[in-house]
Amino acid sequence: MLEWIAGLASWELLALEPPGWGGVLLGGLAISLQVAVGGYLLGFLIGVGGATGKLYGGPILRDLLDVYTTLVRAVPELVLILLLYYAGTDALNQLMLLIGAERVDISGLAAGIFVIGVVQGAYQTEVLRGAFKAVPHGQIEAARAYGMTSFQVLRRITLPGMLPHAVPGLANLWLIATKDTALLAVVGVAELTLVTRQAGGTTKSYFLFFCAAGLLYLMVTLISNVGIRRVERYARRGMPAVR
Amino acid sequence: MGPETRSWREPHRLVLLAIGIGIIVFAAVNMRWDWLPRYSGRLVEGVGTTLWLLFLTSVLGFLLAVPLGLAQAAGPVWLSAPARMFCTVIRGTPLLLQLWLLYYGLGSLFAYWPEIRQSWAWPYLRSAWPYGVLALTLSFAGYEGEVMRGAFAGVPKGELEAGRAYGMSPLTVFRRIWLPRAIHRALPTLAGETVLQLKATPLVATITVVDVYAIISRVRQDTYLTYEPLLLLALIYMILTGILVLAFRWLEAKVPVKGG
Repeated sequence: MLEWIAGLASWELLALEPPGWGGVLLGGLAISLQVAVGGYLLGFLIGVGGATGKLYGGPILRDLLDVYTTLVRAVPELVLILLLYYAGTDALNQLMLLIGAERVDISGLAAGIFVIGVVQGAYQTEVLRGAFKAVPHGQIEAARAYGMTSFQVLRRITLPGMLPHAVPGLANLWLIATKDTALLAVVGVAELTLVTRQAGGTTKSYFLFFCAAGLLYLMVTLISNVGIRRVERYARRGMPAVR
Repeated sequence: MGPETRSWREPHRLVLLAIGIGIIVFAAVNMRWDWLPRYSGRLVEGVGTTLWLLFLTSVLGFLLAVPLGLAQAAGPVWLSAPARMFCTVIRGTPLLLQLWLLYYGLGSLFAYWPEIRQSWAWPYLRSAWPYGVLALTLSFAGYEGEVMRGAFAGVPKGELEAGRAYGMSPLTVFRRIWLPRAIHRALPTLAGETVLQLKATPLVATITVVDVYAIISRVRQDTYLTYEPLLLLALIYMILTGILVLAFRWLEAKVPVKGG
């Protein structure tokens, strides 16, 4: 009875120096954030390419992109992560053998970024495509009539016009990316959730460590929300306020 | 999608379809599927567990989401503040972490408590199933509670005032007007939330609940195959997602949209 209260309150376990596990948790958080940022940026590149392909590509490209976004959205992230993790590392090693190089050990970090990026790419494709279609066609035609080149139309009309429609969806996807990194614990990437379980398993203070990790995740979300609100205010400047 | 949706009988689609079927036939012939008959019974049971888990936690989660949404939309501050905090915490932390916190954290705390160890509830508290149900229910409630907040707040004030003017008690207004109108408004998001919930269920396999994902993990351990079981698993989830989407489309067509 007293033992578990003591287990709850043994705060020295969270100390940053080795007898405590605080430093390990922060290291895990750093890995999680690196995977989230890397995966999100890779997803954005895929999303821009995918949205462009869906809007301007030929019929075959469009159908293939539809297959990609539908598949990724219909299969659980956990299953996708396992599949892509093994398939991605396998494919890379086959490629290395093919060009005569030696097998490489792919770091969990790089594989994690790849996996999160492919998943994010499907969702960002849909968000960006929707935002692009929300820009009134007349505005683009008017810009063309003024003699703007297509790059100028993109920079002056399309991008600023689609930004307010893209920001809420993209912001939501960023929050999802930070939480999806936890799934990499299942394939053994030493991100925050996995190191938390290891810390809990070693010290038997599961409750303390999972609460501490939960607070770290929550802080990432809350700090992100502050930034998102700023970006949203910038993107919606000059537009009527919602609510 | 939308207006430019075209027939699947266009020539390039027929070619893509043929390539797709070719890949499936190639996979069926050249990959190893001899394990399938041995596990088919357990796979069906696993799918059953997954669907039961999905149904149970979605219904319980929705029942919890209604008071959460109502408290945030109209409750006094001592109700709305905790409800908002609950939704923020659930939506701000990964489900896997919540699940492990409940299973390992709460489970290890209970183990220290002799009164609980000797009580009738201990066999249940020692198994993984209640923790999986609890975590998935709380998660669904957290996300759907936020939706219900918006749905309750969005019901036009005039309709509620009209109900009061007819002499309805506040409870009757809630039962006859506010709740049905709010659920009606939340219905379109329910399909998406339920698909997300289906995709969250395999996480319970990490705490030893035996759903379809756990069966496939077992197959992978027994046969040392990497891809075949995972591809089958992806196919199973795709079929389940497709059925869910169609079921909700049918349900939404049944509910009249007039005035929605």
